[in-house]
Amino acid sequence: MTLSISELEEFARKCRVEIVKMVYRAQAGHPGGSLSEIDLISALYATRMRVRPDQPKWEDRDRFILSKGHASPGMYAVLAEMGFIDHEDLHSYRVLGGKCQGHVDMKWCPGVDFSAGSLGMGLSFGLGCAVAARLDNSERRTFVMIGDGEIQEGSVWEAAMAAAHHEVGNLKVILDRNRIQNDDFCEAQMRMFDIPAKWRAFGWEVKEIDGHNMEEVMSGLDFLEATNDKPAILIAHTIKGAGVSFMENNPSFHGAAPNDEQFAQAMLELGEVIV
Amino acid sequence: MSEMAATRDGYGQALLEIADNAKVVVLEADLGKSTKSLHFKNKYPARSISCGIGEQNMLLTAAGLASSGYIPFASTFAIFTERAFEQMRNGVARPDLAVHLCGSHGGTHTGTDGSSAQSIEDLAIYRTLPNVVVMHPSDYVSTLELTKQLPALNKPSYMRTARNKTPVMYRGRESEIVIGKGITLRQGTDVAIIACGVLVSESMKAAELLAEKGINATVVDMHTLKPLDGDLIDSLASQCGAIVTAEDHNVIGGLGGAVAEHLVTNKYAPLEMVGVADRFGESGQSDEMLEVMKLNSKYIEQAAQRAIARKS
Ligand SMILES: Cc1ncc(C[n+]2csc(CCOP(=O)(O)OP(=O)(O)O)c2C)c(N)n1
Ligand SMILES: [Mg+2]
Repeated sequence: MTLSISELEEFARKCRVEIVKMVYRAQAGHPGGSLSEIDLISALYATRMRVRPDQPKWEDRDRFILSKGHASPGMYAVLAEMGFIDHEDLHSYRVLGGKCQGHVDMKWCPGVDFSAGSLGMGLSFGLGCAVAARLDNSERRTFVMIGDGEIQEGSVWEAAMAAAHHEVGNLKVILDRNRIQNDDFCEAQMRMFDIPAKWRAFGWEVKEIDGHNMEEVMSGLDFLEATNDKPAILIAHTIKGAGVSFMENNPSFHGAAPNDEQFAQAMLELGEVIV
Repeated sequence: MSEMAATRDGYGQALLEIADNAKVVVLEADLGKSTKSLHFKNKYPARSISCGIGEQNMLLTAAGLASSGYIPFASTFAIFTERAFEQMRNGVARPDLAVHLCGSHGGTHTGTDGSSAQSIEDLAIYRTLPNVVVMHPSDYVSTLELTKQLPALNKPSYMRTARNKTPVMYRGRESEIVIGKGITLRQGTDVAIIACGVLVSESMKAAELLAEKGINATVVDMHTLKPLDGDLIDSLASQCGAIVTAEDHNVIGGLGGAVAEHLVTNKYAPLEMVGVADRFGESGQSDEMLEVMKLNSKYIEQAAQRAIARKS
């Protein structure tokens, strides 16, 4: 698909509205990390992913692994926008029997390539997908979205080391650097010092962007696509809760739903009129 | 309506009540708000160790502290303690270090987070570790009391707590709560229901349903799965002649497994196990999950009838 910057921004805005609606209806879930990742995932799916929404298990599809699987509303909104699921399915978020399970789940939802929910697992899984693509002589790429709190898990660094060792140039990571994790700011929970330097030291190509500036997001995705001799990571500086003022930079909205009043305000801020 | 409270809040309160012991230290892995260790952290920041999202590191840091004379309490979701299982096995249980691990949000009752967050195997896996005491209390008061007994235990332990509120049953009965001793909540001679955690109150409801049909059930809260109160089970087998276990956990290896292992090697009685039928959960409200997984009072009652029918 070729979409203009303003069309991509509108794509992401619509997804933001759905994210807040999902979490509001369920009165549970994770709005903060869904809103911080959404510009990135929107642009990735709308302009890069080689997928067939009517054939979600197509073997040669690019893979997208939402390793921070709690930020599922963001992914469900994009899958609906892309036509993998219906917008009606978004009403099944956290509902018994629903496609939209609390955490993204490949057994339940078409278009989901990994059953996430436990942090620190997606990168290793993505490595496996990337190695498989190489063994298959396939052009397919594997994109993995990880959280900044998530990279405190040691297993992430096992995968990072192995990916560089195996020179998997078809493995492409996006780090949602929103500076907040579950209980608090990352700075308070576990300081991570120079994150780009750490990835470089592990043998990765690194680029940093503003994850809410669509021009920069597009050039960041160009960088990921162009790096094919070693694994690459796009460190996207984002704002947790981006787009809804009272959720922005607010650790309380990592995993909490808005009340009626807050919901109305969010819809207003996102340019959505409730009828 | 009776008083309701979450067992995880009992854990959080207990940490505050044992804080006078200067050797008590608390470790968390970015889930202190959820496991309720955050109250301790807010009051005693110097004795709180944030391990970031790193459960494996947390367990062995705790082991190091224990070997240096401290009494560490480490908590995360039950499911994520499992990531550090081998650390618990080789670094804690094997050297017999008194690290106290608490896994909150255990079982399918946890709800809409879905299967990735619903541990249904924690009790089984920790039960297989030598030296480790395994507990799953049913209410706020018993969680508080059992946790307060841990500093004197001198053994590693694992305790599962639950996310959601359950009826408070032990106000004024604190002295009955002792690690390793099951509590008889109701006496009857037709069948004995042995339960733990959130299914204890469901078992009490089941006993009432049975009473309406003229069947008298004993209900036992087996808050400690290991060491198991074998004397109590022997007497239940003799008095009632039929046993039901009830747990929000896989039927393999948990309370049902523990009771079965005991029964076949001691005084035998027919056993029916209510538990998760070896499948994963999904997103749903707590009460919906107990229905989908066939764990609520209705299913416990049916299991009791089946157990009675099997009496010889
Ligand atoms: C192994 C594991 N430990 C703990 C959790 C609980 N948890 C869910 S989300 C979260 C914080 C994640 O922070 P981050 O990776 O920064 O995600 P984001 O800010 O994008 O939401 C935690 C600790 C988990 N899901 N998995
Ligand atoms: Mg974050």
